[in-house]
Amino acid sequence: MSKVPADLKYTKTHEWLRTLPDGSIEIGITDHAQHALGDLVFVEVPDVGRSIKAGEPCAVVESVKAASDVYSPVSGEVTAGNPQLAGAPETINTDPYGGGWLMRVRPAAGGPATELLSPAEYEKLQQEEGD
Amino acid sequence: MAFIPHTPADVEAMLARIGVPNIEALFDEIPAALRVKSLAGIPDELNEMEIGQLMSERARQDGRPLCFIGAGAYEHHIPAAVWAITTRGEFYSAYTPYQAEASQGTLQLIYEYQTMIASLTGMQVANASVYDGASAVAEASLMAVRSNRRSKSQRILIPTTVHPHYRKVAVATAGNQGLRFEEIPYSAGEGVIAATSLAHHEGEDIAALVIQQPNFFGRLEDVDALTDWAHARGILVIAVVNPTSLALLKPPGSWGSKGADIAVGDGQPLGVPLSSGGPYFGFMTTRMEYVRQMPGRIVGRTVDLQGREGFTLTLQAREQHIRRAKATSNICTNQGLLVTAATIYMSLMGPQGLERTAAAAHARTRELLASLGRLQGVRLAFPGPVFHEAVVLLDRPVAPVLRSLASRGILGGLDLGEYYPELGHAMLLCATETKTAADIERYAAALGEVMQSARAA
Repeated sequence: MSKVPADLKYTKTHEWLRTLPDGSIEIGITDHAQHALGDLVFVEVPDVGRSIKAGEPCAVVESVKAASDVYSPVSGEVTAGNPQLAGAPETINTDPYGGGWLMRVRPAAGGPATELLSPAEYEKLQQEEGD
Repeated sequence: MAFIPHTPADVEAMLARIGVPNIEALFDEIPAALRVKSLAGIPDELNEMEIGQLMSERARQDGRPLCFIGAGAYEHHIPAAVWAITTRGEFYSAYTPYQAEASQGTLQLIYEYQTMIASLTGMQVANASVYDGASAVAEASLMAVRSNRRSKSQRILIPTTVHPHYRKVAVATAGNQGLRFEEIPYSAGEGVIAATSLAHHEGEDIAALVIQQPNFFGRLEDVDALTDWAHARGILVIAVVNPTSLALLKPPGSWGSKGADIAVGDGQPLGVPLSSGGPYFGFMTTRMEYVRQMPGRIVGRTVDLQGREGFTLTLQAREQHIRRAKATSNICTNQGLLVTAATIYMSLMGPQGLERTAAAAHARTRELLASLGRLQGVRLAFPGPVFHEAVVLLDRPVAPVLRSLASRGILGGLDLGEYYPELGHAMLLCATETKTAADIERYAAALGEVMQSARAA
């Protein structure tokens, strides 16, 4: 069973969200997702200042066996892309909920548009998908 | 060897297993209205003997004219060994390897090809080739829009000194994907990109500038200044180059202070015969930072578990079979056979051989222009440096002159009226190392005669 920290929110497409003290939202892919992808070799994060819509592909993670889009669970403006991932994409494999964060977004008014899952709900989703 | 591995019995067994009466039934979901009922206008099949006879007859109609047309396809001497080796059974497939890693020899050849092309263009990485020079320009434009993170636009500046067919193909391929190609006029007296027409685009958001060197008129653009101009404004530079010329001219990787971002061209001059217009192949190169945006196959060298050297397709996540609709391009193949010929050609010629070829082509062109310059009613359209092609202006319509030359067994040049009507009676001509002093004399004499008789008439 993959790790599902209790202090985060999740999406059906295997992203996690963390609300930072300044109100912005940090986004990454879950332990389950990095496990399914395998060793990551390339990560493309969005440019700072880009405005993104919920449900829109905004990052790409590429492993030795697949490439996959990461969908933004919120609408808003990108305030940071993780600069470490260009040189060390494997950080997502080793620390998906910490150093492996993908981007930070300042959410637009109105809050998240995609349905978010609680840790318990996400664990259930993983089980249904045969983790 | 049969190329379709299924015997009729295999097909029967498979159909029976899935419960379908015949292969036709597999297509019944296509509405009848969309099905083509007959292939009217397509002739019946021919057997090998008949097709051989037909092709010999067509070749006889062509004759063996003395050819002074270039315009994107160039007659060069091809050492006999090139096609003798290319057509060996081990190489003789037009196709890109689909069971790629089982074809180590093919992959090694593509790897060597990529290395040679990267070295020739002075760029960091090359793909395994695309269809031709025109499709390479279209793909490079799409790639530039994806790669240029400073620009939010899909605008490409494409000077009219770029091959007219390349411009047309770029618009046809990329126009429907949202790209806008904006033409940049050339300087009327010089036949190169006019600096003033670039100033016109100052301060605009533009993804890329295309620069062809030598340009379609054979003239040399000021590539350093153009490249620096573009880079200073966050515009990527797509170089379109003739591979033979790179033995003499500065490679795109060294243009300006940063070098071009993408360099492409038609590889035909590297050992591929003219053969009525194709197939040729396009080469495509870039810097490492943009490699994930480059379409096409890329072969890499690696080691296996026992540490033995091997070759493999790499960075495949850019390609259709992995990324589906989000692939960099619908191109998932390469021009395998022609790349094989080009690799053998480059190996045989070496840097010195290619340089001698380029220098000889340049020298023959200068001799040709000097000879024609002595004729009444013929003058050079754009004075200034050329590689192996130039535009000349006649004092009368070009088409009848070319017809008269053709009746004397000479292809005298390309009539530019269709592409550049503003130039008047202009034609583009070319001499490569294949033209002897006698050939040039014969051409000049024939042209002189044709002009003389027309004047008398």
